[in-house]
Formats: sequence, structure tokens, C-alpha cells
Amino acid sequence: MHMADALLSPAVGGTLWAASAGALAFCTRNVQRVPDDRNIPMMGVLGAFIFAAQMINFTIPATGSSGHLGGGLLLAILLGPHAAVLVIASVLTVQALLFADGGLLALGCNLFNLGVIPCCLAYPLLYKPLAGNGNSPLRVSIGATVAAIAGLQLGALGVVFETVFSGIAELPFQPFLWAMLPVHLAIGLVEGLASSAVLSFVRKARPELLACATARPLPTRSRTKVLTGLALAAALTGGVVSWFASPLPDGLEWAIARTAGTEQLAPPQTGIHPVLAATQQKTALLPAYAFRHTERDSAAPAPPPPAWPAVEAGTSVSGLVGGGLTLLLAMGIGLLFRKRNRVA
Amino acid sequence: MATIASAFADLRTLDALATQDSVIHRLDPRIKVLTAALFVVCVVSFDKYVVAALLPFGLILSLIMGLGGVPAGVIFKKLVLVAPFALLVGLGNPILDQQPLLSIGPVAISGGWISLLSILLRCCLTVGGMLVLIATTGFNEVCRALERMGLPAILVVQLLLLYRYLFVLMEEGQRLHRARALRSFAGRGLGLRSFGPLLGNLLLRAHDRAQRIHRAMRCRGFDGTMRSPHTPHLTVRDVLLLVLACLVLIGMRRHDCALLLGQLLTGLLP
Repeated sequence: MHMADALLSPAVGGTLWAASAGALAFCTRNVQRVPDDRNIPMMGVLGAFIFAAQMINFTIPATGSSGHLGGGLLLAILLGPHAAVLVIASVLTVQALLFADGGLLALGCNLFNLGVIPCCLAYPLLYKPLAGNGNSPLRVSIGATVAAIAGLQLGALGVVFETVFSGIAELPFQPFLWAMLPVHLAIGLVEGLASSAVLSFVRKARPELLACATARPLPTRSRTKVLTGLALAAALTGGVVSWFASPLPDGLEWAIARTAGTEQLAPPQTGIHPVLAATQQKTALLPAYAFRHTERDSAAPAPPPPAWPAVEAGTSVSGLVGGGLTLLLAMGIGLLFRKRNRVA
Repeated sequence: MATIASAFADLRTLDALATQDSVIHRLDPRIKVLTAALFVVCVVSFDKYVVAALLPFGLILSLIMGLGGVPAGVIFKKLVLVAPFALLVGLGNPILDQQPLLSIGPVAISGGWISLLSILLRCCLTVGGMLVLIATTGFNEVCRALERMGLPAILVVQLLLLYRYLFVLMEEGQRLHRARALRSFAGRGLGLRSFGPLLGNLLLRAHDRAQRIHRAMRCRGFDGTMRSPHTPHLTVRDVLLLVLACLVLIGMRRHDCALLLGQLLTGLLP
């Protein structure tokens, strides 16, 4: 479910970084507006609780497999959506930096898929209306399950879009989508059931905890706040879609060119000239970079397929030799330091 | 469970590595954070068929690991744990992209295999870069560096508190898991009916703990920010090193060093 840096192009990663950073800034401002700082240690400890919760799994009847809690929706219900986004951001940062789950560039994607979508879309639009004031256990369970499923489906959709638009992995859109959505339907169901199991226990054991959680976000911010939230969500999704739209034509062109085998950008394909030309074009790390220059500037063992016969064999041989030597050097350095450390 | 538990053990290893003293550890954390970010962006911005040009980045990483006293075994162990997802998604490449891109003698290698190799290399480099940053800096120092680079205080406090209580609550989670596993026979009692109360109890305990922490912090004058006892100052050496690191990384991004080396050796350099 976590996006990885390796599958992401800078254009897509940067776009989602911007979107998530905007959402995070909005949530931070909202949380800071509350003068009560009792929430601060609560958020920290509940973030740690998410890690602990993921250690405890439960068996799913009749399947033989087991699931565990993801926790995004539960946080939104306990802390309110804005504080929850903050907590999820910190959880994802720790996962990226310490557990090697996700990555630095992928952090934006992950926060969007796993934080912004469940907390700012699924929670206010599905859980709130379905669960009502939280007095009926059945409605809470239904609300949590529906919101968890919808949130995870949208998150999975996000992963598919991000992977396909990045174009690093070759997976085509439709089969990937058909693989991801059913799997995440099951995961969403498990997440919803687990969340409502925990919620129903908390409701029995300490009802005031949920009561103050449901009372906290809504009364003062009633309709206008919900409307601004909706507008924000709409603007965000609109913004993201339009951001996607700009690299999209290039991506499509590129796909068409690949399948048709003919490419418009045929010109200088021989010798060192294209390498130098590409080097010149690389003056800036442009966001749309990966889409614009695909197929052309890949210097080493990767000349474009149509031009294959025209490429000097020497280039790829040099690439292989140089690459191999670099690898050997890297290993040599590692061994050298290891020996030195052992002596010291 | 097994993976999270072993990840938890690795966490302690990383934390211990960060307390070492070396050339890399002594650098200003901000320098290291910026360099690591640039490193990741450079690696990720390569075209998808690039393999050779990525290798010099591995060279740099192993150099930093050597200077910072980070054992390769720790990093490799994490990489093995993480690689499967990238591998799974990338595994479609050799099947879907079969155009031959490279031939070694009679053997033609398709673009898919090359891009799969590239994905795996990217995975190793980006994940390795992050781990080396943490192993030579420490999570708390990284957070403080982010704060001094403009991250809102509330986020930094959140990260610091999360990291502090991560160890406490994960130990608690481990104990709960072990206790339940010991009392379960033939897989009974592991279902959702006992899961709800179990996790709910953990949640309530975490909640009470947070309230106690809040009171204790208020008693000690907490006002929403965390203060650190010492703040490192940027020295000229730090700035010079940052400039050097940026030049090297951007240089490696723009020129395929491995190819140049190979051309030098095979005498094809124009």
C-alpha cells in the first residue's frame, strides 16, 4: 500500500508533495488554533499506538489469513480529522525514515493516499453522516466500515494513478487497477471491522472518550466549516487532477510512440552528439523532466529501440565496463572500511 | 508481526549507530538532511532505463557509510525486507516490455529487464540513503534540523513525542501479542471478538498515559515547544561540504560517470 520512491517520477512525487504539504499546512493551522495543548501529548502517544496496534493481528474467519488495524480512520474518529492528518503524517515520516517503508519523495503520495483521503474525504463525507451522533453502535459500525472501504479504495486508486503516471513500472493501467481494487476491498473491510470492534469496546468501557471526540470538531464549525472543507477537498482534487493533466498528454504520446514504433523525435541519434545535446538540455531538474526526455537522454545501455542498429556498440560496452567497475569500487570501499574498522 | 518485531529490533540498532562519533556524525544535521533529499531527487529523476549512471551514487553511499561507521549488514538487512514491493510491481516489466535494448554477444537483453534492474537499484539507493541519514544523525536531530529549516513547531513536537513513545508502546504491544499467543490453543481466541477489547484496552492505556504525560509536562512548564539543550551552529566547513556534496551529486546526475569511466578504459573517449 505504501508507495515506494523507486516507482515514482519526480513530477508525480513533487505534485503530491505539494498537495499533501498544502493539506498538512491547513490542518496544522486548524490544530494550532485550539488553545488547549492537552491534545499534543495525546497525538504523540496515539501515533505510537498505531505502531503497537499493527503488531497485534487477528485471524479472519474462514480464510486462514490475518489482518491488522491500519488506523487512519480510527485516529480521525478519536482526534478529529485535522489532528489525525498530523498524526498520520508523523507516523508515515517515521515509517519512511526508520522502517524503510515508503520513502522521502513518496511521503507526499503516502500522506495523500493514507492520510488526506481517509481523514478529509471519507471521514466527513461518509462516516459523519452515517454514524450520526455516535449513539447507535450499529450506525457507528456501518459508518466505520463504509468509510474505511471507501477510503482504502480511493487510496488504492491513488497508488495506481501515481505508479502509472510515473511510468517507471511498466504495468498497464487497467490490469493493475483490477488487481489493486479487489485486494483493497478486502483490506478495507478488515480495517472497518477492526475499527468498529475497537470503537465498540471503547464505547462500552469509556463512553465519555468518544462523546468528547464527537463533540469536539463539529458544533462550532457546523455547516460553513463543512462546506469549506468540501470546497478544499474539491479544490485539492481538482488541482491534483489538473496537475496530472499536464504531464498526461506527454505520457500518452510516449505510450503511443512506443506501441506504434515510430517516434516524432527521430533526429540525431548517433554517437556522442545526442548525449551532449541531452546534457545541455538537463540544465534544470524540470518537474516534467521524466516525461519529456524519456527514451532520448538515457545515455548508457539504453538507446531507444527504433534507433538500435544505428547506435555505436561502443557506447553500451563502455557503459557495461564503467558500471561494473563502479560497482567493484563501491564494494572495494566497503571492504576497505570494514577491514580498517576491524583493525581499529 | 514477525517483520514489525524485527523492524523494531533494527530501530534500536539504528538508534545506537546514531550515537557514534565520526566525521559524518559531527556534521550539522541540516547539511545531512539537505544532501539526503538532493540524493533521493537525483536518483529518482533518472530515466527508467538508466542503470550504469545510478551506480556512482551507490559508490558515494558506500563511501559515506564507510566514513560514518555504518555496517553494511544493517542496511542490507533492511533492504531485503523492503525490496519485495518494488520487485512485485517491477516484475511486470520484463513481461510487458520485450524490446531488445542491449546485446552482449548473442544474448539480447530486453528493455524490461533493464528497467527492472533500474527499479531495484533505485529502491536500494533511496532506502539506503534514508537509513544512512538516520544512522549517522539520529531521528531526534533530524527533527530538530527540520524545525530549524521551517517545519511548524507542532509537527516537530508530534514527531519527537511519537518517537519517544514508539519504544514504550511497541514493547507494550509486543507483550500483549505474546501473552495472547501463549494463551491461545489451536488458533482459538485470535479472532475479532478478542481483538477489539485487547486493542481497545491498549488504546485506553495509551490515552491515560497521554493525560499523565500532559500533566507532567505542564508541571515542568511546557508551552507547546520542545527546547533542546544545545543547538549546533553552521561552520564554514559545513557550508563548504554542502556545496561540494551538491556539486558532486548534480555532476553525477548530469554526466554518466560510469560511462565516462568505461570510455576512458576502452579508449573510446573522443
